Amino acid sequence: MTPAADHRAGGLPDSPPAAEFVEVSKRFGRVVACDHVNLALHRGRIHGVLGENGAGKSTLMKMLIGLTLPDDGHIRIHGEPVKIVDPIEAARMGIAMVHQHFSLVEPLTVWENVALGDTGRLDPARIRRRVGEISEQYGLEIDPDDRIFDLTAGMRQRVEIIKCLRRDPEILVFDEPTSVLSPAESEFLFAALRRVVEDQGKAVALVSHKLAEVISASDEITIMRDGKVVDYRPTAGSDPATLARAMVGRDVVLRREHAAFGVIDDSGDGAAPVKQPVAQQGQPVLRITGASVTGRDGRVLLDGLDLEVHAGEIVGVAGVEGNGQRTLGDVLSSLCPLAAGRVEVGGQQVATGQAGAMAGAGIAIIPEDRHDSGCVLDFTVAENIFIADPQRVARRGLMNRAQMNGMASELIEKFDIVCNGARAPMWSLSGGNQQRVVLARELSHQPRVLVAAQPTRGLDVGAIEYMSSQLRAAADNGVGVLLISTELEEILDLADRIIVISNGRIVGGMRRDEVDIAELGLMMGGAQ
Amino acid sequence: MSDVGEHIVTEPEEDEVASAALQRSRFGITGEVIALYAICVFVALAIAAICVAATGGSWVNVYTAILDGSIRKPGRWGLTLGVSAPILLVALGTVVNGRAGLVNIGQEGQLVMGSCFASYVAVRLGGPGPMALIIAMLCGIVGGAIWAGIAGALRYYRNVPEVLSTLLMGTVAQNLMGWGLRKPWLLLAPAAGRANRNQVSEPLNSHTRIPRVTWFGNEFPISVLVALVLCIGVWVVLDRSVIGFRLRMLGRNPKTAQRSGVAERRYGIGAMLVSGAFAGLAGGIMLAGGDFGNYQLVANFGAGIGFAGLLAALVARQRVIVLLFVAFLFGCMRTGTGFLTATGVSGRVSDVVQGLLVLSLLLPPAILYVRERRRALSATSTRV
Repeated sequence: MTPAADHRAGGLPDSPPAAEFVEVSKRFGRVVACDHVNLALHRGRIHGVLGENGAGKSTLMKMLIGLTLPDDGHIRIHGEPVKIVDPIEAARMGIAMVHQHFSLVEPLTVWENVALGDTGRLDPARIRRRVGEISEQYGLEIDPDDRIFDLTAGMRQRVEIIKCLRRDPEILVFDEPTSVLSPAESEFLFAALRRVVEDQGKAVALVSHKLAEVISASDEITIMRDGKVVDYRPTAGSDPATLARAMVGRDVVLRREHAAFGVIDDSGDGAAPVKQPVAQQGQPVLRITGASVTGRDGRVLLDGLDLEVHAGEIVGVAGVEGNGQRTLGDVLSSLCPLAAGRVEVGGQQVATGQAGAMAGAGIAIIPEDRHDSGCVLDFTVAENIFIADPQRVARRGLMNRAQMNGMASELIEKFDIVCNGARAPMWSLSGGNQQRVVLARELSHQPRVLVAAQPTRGLDVGAIEYMSSQLRAAADNGVGVLLISTELEEILDLADRIIVISNGRIVGGMRRDEVDIAELGLMMGGAQ
Repeated sequence: MSDVGEHIVTEPEEDEVASAALQRSRFGITGEVIALYAICVFVALAIAAICVAATGGSWVNVYTAILDGSIRKPGRWGLTLGVSAPILLVALGTVVNGRAGLVNIGQEGQLVMGSCFASYVAVRLGGPGPMALIIAMLCGIVGGAIWAGIAGALRYYRNVPEVLSTLLMGTVAQNLMGWGLRKPWLLLAPAAGRANRNQVSEPLNSHTRIPRVTWFGNEFPISVLVALVLCIGVWVVLDRSVIGFRLRMLGRNPKTAQRSGVAERRYGIGAMLVSGAFAGLAGGIMLAGGDFGNYQLVANFGAGIGFAGLLAALVARQRVIVLLFVAFLFGCMRTGTGFLTATGVSGRVSDVVQGLLVLSLLLPPAILYVRERRRALSATSTRV
């Protein structure tokens, strides 16, 4: 933090804020997403908007860029009350947003993506030049003629940022910008943000649930919880524990829950319940050797990946998003056959890409996208629990509903799933409870291997903690746990051994108690 | 773990929304649905009445004629049941492929192929006894299954959308039958049996006709009873069995199904085969049942029964038991129009009446679907 920023954050603004929310409320059904929120974005400052998932911060920003309208209250731009009905209107007012999920056309080049949405005659030379200017001005180095699918997530985000900056907006919103970035890329992003703010005097909102990054990057912080603003303070002099308490609404043991707040704990000496090194003799429960997969477009998704998981250990697969994690999860879900290589469970080879083979061999999985391959939203909770083995509640091919619902009710109780009973449709559950249904089902099969892919994505602190304790408990019961996550904090928190995936192969690894964050970051960035 | 307890306490707010939606769907929805259907049917009948009146007819007479023709006059129940049976069979097959998430709209063609196969075999076997009839019907089943199976295989091995292939294969089937009806070695009847008419097949002899029974003065083929039994069978398999559960899983979420051991190709192609088999059987009983022409194939033999069955399945929204009523209603509309000409109203107006009624029955499910989705969306979007 620069002294200048300190001064501004502390002092009172003399001009009206660039954007201001005045008593803004938004309801969805009976849930209040935003409740009389007041928040001001000033020129020349980075405003951190901090809160758990579901605190209402994304809804708030969606109102600013015209994706949804406030039910109550209003938004002022440069002191003028305005009604922002759609993103085009927002762009006209100088508001731009870099979304958490990129909206880039992969086969097109960088400048073509930047030009998307333009009307009138296309002038490639001018756009290329403009891309060059912006990348120079903000240090966002990029080649306008690169194709998007050749770029890493960090580079793609640069394209998104350039897309925004090209229209020279006054107000920039970043929604969870670091979720797909490696630590080094995140630092780079914040340096660029600082330049945007200091040189151009733009107003920036940084929406995040990661305490550490908001503290390091912002000038002032607004904390939201349950749709309300619970705290506002300049960043300088704020201490993490206070902010964490405001964010969650209760006292927080930062050391125990640091992963949920995105605080990297590199002490390596027992913040997490680091266990005694697990004996790694004997046969691993899961062994993948030389796994290779090529996508339909000819891209190499997995490139001779090798890994081993022993009973009772948690192996964390760290890496920047898009380096083969999804494919690895798909292979272990029987969704995708291997072009070369083999998967063995307990020494027995398992057929890849064959329906139900992985589950049958004892691989339980908490998939990256539970709506995609983890559950059936239109089924009831009970049906979702018996998806893989309906025979268990069937006689002569006919299912016994009463027995199914009864057994499901026991699991609902055991796993504390909040729902309207076994017959409630899956879609009526909250994300955290859907995740618990998946977990309950997978663990009830007494698996030998549990694969957890991004298991805490989109969950709030309480749910994250629950998931973590369940993974730990599974490992203690002798299950080999493979934790695939792009959140390094989560891996550092849980894993006994860390391996790094990059470009579809495992590029290195280290034990948790010998962890070296800098080296890990290098490996994640692609250095071998 | 104490923190987990606290976490749950913060949730009831969300949960109440979900439970409220659930309450609505469990208790309020029946009345809502009935009212919706009543309004839509009433509006359709009113529009139809205006149409009739505008062309100079009397709508009272038209509706009387439809009722007389379908159920009121003596013996009409039997005819209506005979017409409803193939509609029901086609619709049952449509529900099977619908559960698997597949869209089959080529039942008309599958039905035609079924009737062609059945006809070819039946006139050659000739008799004696029920064995010939049963074999002919099985051939009809095979014919329909092959026709739908081709579309299924194309879908899973070559990524050809089954919506297109089933429909286009339907056109092929119609033309194949037309061609077959010109070739004596295929379907065309010997010159002696044709009596000046071209392009008809040889009528089935009495051995290969489906026996007809008379209950309470209404005569109908026993295939009606077979269709009822099959309906119950399909209901048990789809709604109660493990196979039905897996088929539904495939339809709702193919990836989850694949992971859970439901092989997409096997179940998907299987569903298409079964769907085509039902349409093929429908073609067979139309040929051998006696309610559609004179136990012989003629040009345009399908008479739109395949499409009627498809519509019936859409109207019933994939619920097997509801199909019984819908298929019967569609049968009524067909037999009812038989008396229309006597009212002096143009036959085309009767088509308008039919079309409006179908539309009125299709509208409520669409409205309900949109509303259900909205509820689901609002319930999930609040927790983003």
